[in-house]
Amino acid sequence: MSEGKSLEPGKNQSLFNERPIKILLAKPGIDGHDRGILVLAKAFRDAGMEVIYAGLLPTPEQVVDTAINEDVDVVALSLLNGAHMTVFKKVADLMREKGVKDIAIVGGGTIPDADKPKLERMGISGNYGPGTQISVIIDHIRKRAEEVRKLKSAGQ
Amino acid sequence: MSDPQNYYSRKLEEIRHTIPKSNEDYERWKSTTLDPWNSKTNYVDGEHTNSSGIPIKEFYSSADLPQDLEKNLLGYPGEFPFTRGVYPNMYRGRLWTMRMFSGFGTPEDTNRRLKYLIKHGESGLSIAFDMPTLYGFDCDNPRSDGEIGKCGVNVTSLKDMEIIFKGIDLSKVSTSMTINAPAAILTAMYIAVGKKKKIPVSDLAGTVQADILKEYIAQKEWIYPPEAHLRLIRDMMTYCTENMPKWNYISISGYHIREAGSSAAQELAFTLADGFYYVDMGIKAGLAVDDFAPRLSFFFNSSINFFEEIAKMRAARRIWATVLKEKYGAKKSRTLLLRFHTQTSGYTLTWQQPLNNIIRTTIEAMAAVLGGTQSLHTNSYDEAWALPSEDAVKIALRTQQIIAEETGIPDVIDPLGGSYYMEWLTNRMEEEAYRYFDEIEKMGGILEAVKAGYIQKEIAATSYRRQIRLEEGKEVMVGVNKYTEKEEQPLNILKISKAAQKQQLDRIKAVRKSRDENDVRNALDQLEEAMRKDDVNTMPYILKAVEAYATIEEISNVGRKVFGTWKEPVIV
Repeated sequence: MSEGKSLEPGKNQSLFNERPIKILLAKPGIDGHDRGILVLAKAFRDAGMEVIYAGLLPTPEQVVDTAINEDVDVVALSLLNGAHMTVFKKVADLMREKGVKDIAIVGGGTIPDADKPKLERMGISGNYGPGTQISVIIDHIRKRAEEVRKLKSAGQ
Repeated sequence: MSDPQNYYSRKLEEIRHTIPKSNEDYERWKSTTLDPWNSKTNYVDGEHTNSSGIPIKEFYSSADLPQDLEKNLLGYPGEFPFTRGVYPNMYRGRLWTMRMFSGFGTPEDTNRRLKYLIKHGESGLSIAFDMPTLYGFDCDNPRSDGEIGKCGVNVTSLKDMEIIFKGIDLSKVSTSMTINAPAAILTAMYIAVGKKKKIPVSDLAGTVQADILKEYIAQKEWIYPPEAHLRLIRDMMTYCTENMPKWNYISISGYHIREAGSSAAQELAFTLADGFYYVDMGIKAGLAVDDFAPRLSFFFNSSINFFEEIAKMRAARRIWATVLKEKYGAKKSRTLLLRFHTQTSGYTLTWQQPLNNIIRTTIEAMAAVLGGTQSLHTNSYDEAWALPSEDAVKIALRTQQIIAEETGIPDVIDPLGGSYYMEWLTNRMEEEAYRYFDEIEKMGGILEAVKAGYIQKEIAATSYRRQIRLEEGKEVMVGVNKYTEKEEQPLNILKISKAAQKQQLDRIKAVRKSRDENDVRNALDQLEEAMRKDDVNTMPYILKAVEAYATIEEISNVGRKVFGTWKEPVIV
C-alpha cells in the first residue's frame, strides 16, 4: 500500500522518520460530542502528524474505507456515548474482514476500565479517558505507528 | 473598525465610555504599599486570568466602577435592567425549581427514576434522550445498535412517551425535554400523551430545548440543514404561541457551548446571539415581540470559576433586557426578563477521585443560585463515568436542598451586588459579549457565522488553549494534574444492559403490528406536502403522524426527503 521505494538492507529505518505519521480521527457512532477529538486533532498536528478528521457521524464502514483509501498508519476512534463496545468492534471487525493488518486502531473517550481489556483483545489499544496527558497519547500513537510501519515494509 | 450602523457597535462604544480610565488611588496603593510588601516577603505575583482570558487584579475598589452604576446598570430586583434578579422577591418568594436531568434505558426505567426523584422532593421533570432519539433514528435502525438507552431514554414512537409519563400527573408537574433536531416531534408526542390523559393542551406546562443554532455550534446533533430546522422551530413557535400558553418553546442553551470548550464570555455571547436570532425569526414570522419573546428561556452552564459564573449570569440578564427594549422595542416588563435554567458543569467533573466532584458541583450550584437561576440541575459525582446511579443522583439533589435550606444564601436577593469585584467583572463580561455581537453582526449574523464555521473554530481554539494550560500545569484540576493518586478503585457505575435494547426492539415490532398502516401512510404524505410549502405550519401534521404511531425516524425521513441532510463546515 505504501509507495514502492526500493530499499537497501539495513537502511530502512530512515524511511519511518521521513514521512509524518498519517492518522485518521473518527467518531464512528452517532455522537456529537467532539470537544476531545478536536483538541486531539490540533495536538496531533502540532506534533507533526498528518491529520485527517472524518467529520461527524461517519459509519464504521466509511471509517474503514477512508482509512484504507488514505493509506493511514493509525485510526483513532473516539466516543462518549457508551456505544464503543459495539461500534469500535465493528471497525475492528471490518478491518479484519478486509485483511488489513498494517493500520493500527487506537481508542479513547468515556470507556470504563472493565471494557479496556476487551477492546485490547480486538486490537484497539490506548482507550484513554478524559484527563489523559496529550503527550501520553502521542507517545502511544508513535509506538503503534512504528509497529504497523514495520509490518508495511515487511509486506513489501 | 466598528460599524456605526450596527446597534452592537454603538453599544460597545457606549459601554467602553463608562469604564473608568485612570485609577490613581490604586496606583498609589500598589507602588507605596503592595509592591514594597511583596518585595519584602519575596512574593512574585503569578498569572491570574479567568476562563474568558480576562486578567484579574488583586484588588478592586469603587474607582473600577462607573459613577452611575446603581442607577443605570443595576437597578433593583424585578426592575429594569434586571441585573439584580428577574423577580422582586426572588428566592424569598419561591425557591428555584430543582430539576434533575434524567432519563436512561427503557421508558419503564425512566418512569421509575422520575417517580423516585418526585418522591425525594424534585419539583420539575427533565428528560434526557438517547442518541438515536436525538438524531431521529428508530431503535431498530442499524446505526442505533449499542446506543439504546445510553445517555438518555429511547423514544421511538408515542408508545414510549406514554410509558415514560405513566402515573405522573402532567397537570401538576412541568416537564423539560432536552431535544433539538426532533423537537417538534417530541413536543407533538407530549401533546398527544396529554390528550390521552384528558389534559387540555393549554394546561401543559414545560420547556422544550429546540435550540438548533446551538446544535450547529456545539452539540452537533442535527438532522437537516440549519434553515430547515429553523423553519420547523418557527412553526412550533407560532403553534405554541396560539395554543400552549404555558409552554416555553425554546430554551436557548449556552450549556453545550460551554461543554464544547468555550469560555464563559463566549458562552454568554453566543447564547444571547442565538437568542436574538430567534427574536428576529419570531418577528419575521409575523408575531409581536411582546407576544412570543417572554416564552424564550435560557439554559446556562455553571462552571468552576465562581465569581466569573455569577458575573456572567448577571450580565446576561442586563444585556437581554437592554437589547430587547432598545433594539426590539419590547414594551412589557415580562418580555425583558431573562429567565434561565442552570446545570453545573459536566466538563469540570473528573473520573479521577470522583468524590471530589461533589465539592465541585456544590461550588457551581452556589454560583448558579448567587447568579439568580430559576431552576437548577446538579450533576452527580459519577457522571464523568456514566449516567448517574441512584445514590449519586440523590446526593446531587441533596446538595441543592442543603444550599436552599441550610446556608441562608437564598435569604437575600443578589447578595454579591455592589461588590466592587463582582460589578467590575459583570461589566467586563458584558463588554466581551458586545465585542462578539459586533463581530458576528459584521459577518452577516449568527447563522452566517455558524455556517462559516467561525463560532465553532473560536470554541475549539479556546478548548485547545485550556488543554495546553492544563498540560503545562498553568491550570489545575485536582486529582488529574495535581494531587494525583496512583491506585484508584473503580466506581460502581450504572450499566445499561443489553436488555434495554431488546425490550425497545420488541416494543417497536408490536407497535408496527398494531397500528393502522394506512393512517400512518396518509399522515406522512400530508406532512410531506406541508413541509414542501413554506407558508404551511407543519405542527398539526406532525401531531397527526405521531398520533397514528408513526415512528420518530419515519417522521424525520419525510424531512430528510424534503430538506436533505447536513455536513458541517471543516473545523479542523
